[in-house]
Amino acid sequence: MSFDLSFVVLQLLNGLTNAMFIFLIASGLSIIFGVLGVLNFAHGSLYMLGAYATYQCVSLFVDSPGQFWWAVIAASVAVALLGGIIERLLLRRLYHQEELNQLLLTYALVLVLGDLARFIWGVDQLSVSRPAVLRGAVEILGQYFPKYNVFILFLGPCVAFLFWFFMLRTRWGRMVRAAALDRETLGALGVNVDRLFTVVFMIGSWFGALGGALVAPVITIRPGMDVEIIINAFIVVVIGGLGSFWGTFLGALIVGPVYALGILVFPRLSMIFIYVIMVVVLMTRPWGLLGRPLQR
Amino acid sequence: MLLEVEDIHTAYGLIRVLFGISIKVDQGQVVTLLGRNGVGKTTTLRSIMGLTPPQSGSIKWMGSEIRGLPPYRISQMGIGFVPEDRKIFSDLTVWENLDVAIKSAGPDEPGWTMDRVFELFPALEMLRNRRGGYLSGGEQQMLTIARTLMGNPKLLLLDEPSEGLAPVIIQQLADQISKLKQEGMTMLLSEQNSEFSLGLSDGIYILEKGEVRFEGSVEEFMKDEETCRAYLYI
Repeated sequence: MSFDLSFVVLQLLNGLTNAMFIFLIASGLSIIFGVLGVLNFAHGSLYMLGAYATYQCVSLFVDSPGQFWWAVIAASVAVALLGGIIERLLLRRLYHQEELNQLLLTYALVLVLGDLARFIWGVDQLSVSRPAVLRGAVEILGQYFPKYNVFILFLGPCVAFLFWFFMLRTRWGRMVRAAALDRETLGALGVNVDRLFTVVFMIGSWFGALGGALVAPVITIRPGMDVEIIINAFIVVVIGGLGSFWGTFLGALIVGPVYALGILVFPRLSMIFIYVIMVVVLMTRPWGLLGRPLQR
Repeated sequence: MLLEVEDIHTAYGLIRVLFGISIKVDQGQVVTLLGRNGVGKTTTLRSIMGLTPPQSGSIKWMGSEIRGLPPYRISQMGIGFVPEDRKIFSDLTVWENLDVAIKSAGPDEPGWTMDRVFELFPALEMLRNRRGGYLSGGEQQMLTIARTLMGNPKLLLLDEPSEGLAPVIIQQLADQISKLKQEGMTMLLSEQNSEFSLGLSDGIYILEKGEVRFEGSVEEFMKDEETCRAYLYI
């Protein structure tokens, strides 16, 4: 089997596209952990619901122009609202309890939401077609690369920049950072931290759902995609550093291409490379590449 | 009466700390809680702020009961809290620390602005882009006070402001606090260091084992030789 350069480049671009999807999803996981201190196992379920809801909305908006985009917006916002309800009604009661209880609750949500999706949409594989403007492909070094992937490659960094801008340059972002550092003190300064937490959880859920909505045209939507993605998202945040935004970005940029190129070398063992990276990171910098050691 | 604390009992879980504390603070007064470590000074301030809600008793703020309200509501009603271990947001710059604490003042009040707190604490202005975690202890203490002022409190609760600071810095801080007093700020502070607080205070409460052992004006305290000897040179 010979590797010609154009093929490798294309595979790298595919890996980077995947990296952008994982980044979107994992950044939601990371901000929820960074601010609320909760490891949300159900994040993958929100991603899955984002994909299913997009499928549903696309069929609802079938006659309107730009149906795909409306579906993405409607689906991700709906799932973000669901996230808000989960935080208000369930998670909020567990902040002062040990972490094991939080894990059990979010794991229970994985099972409940998984069954709910099966109940509503069945077990068949569903698919969403790409939006009209992004059908077709561009030619790169004689190979064809889907236009939709080009769009994702641009979107990822844009979202990262917008998010960074929100966190550093807006008052809400500063409050979120302050809440992550010391919620009690921020509350004593007159900020309703409970409400802030709900908003952060909704933003985190929105990121997960947006990832699911945008990935819908390039994968098949099916039960089990929730658990699959949550493992990848955890690997990314562990490598990059839990709670670190740029760490998540970096983690995704490592995992995406390594996986894509690994497939070329050992098609059946490509995940091994990623686990090896994770193990090395955990042995040398247990808090992740850009994270920082836990202070208690 | 601006603040009226009446017979509050507070516990951390099963450990009871306050056994019926009553304190009054009038508009424009500076009142000090004196006492050794662990007598309940911090707990008293945290009880007022709602951070460690008392089990019983009453806390009246401008006539209305605030016991049981969440801290952010109490803060919005005009009580500002300066915690003892400073609790600076270490990753945020000085400017950002101040920014997150901004609350608008009432319509007929002058209100604190960044410029006004920088006037009171000139050292902070030069450090405005430095992260809170990289400040010295004295700078952090100034920032904590400045941050609480940004919320335009009518009453400032200061928990051991002089703790862990060098004597020179303590003197500076005392000047700044007396400046605040001249501007009419009402304050309730807790101190182990009686030297620091006696010059500033109108009223004094001495706490021991979660109860008030003495209350009165500074003059009354100085006249009461027995209490004076027991508590002044801790």
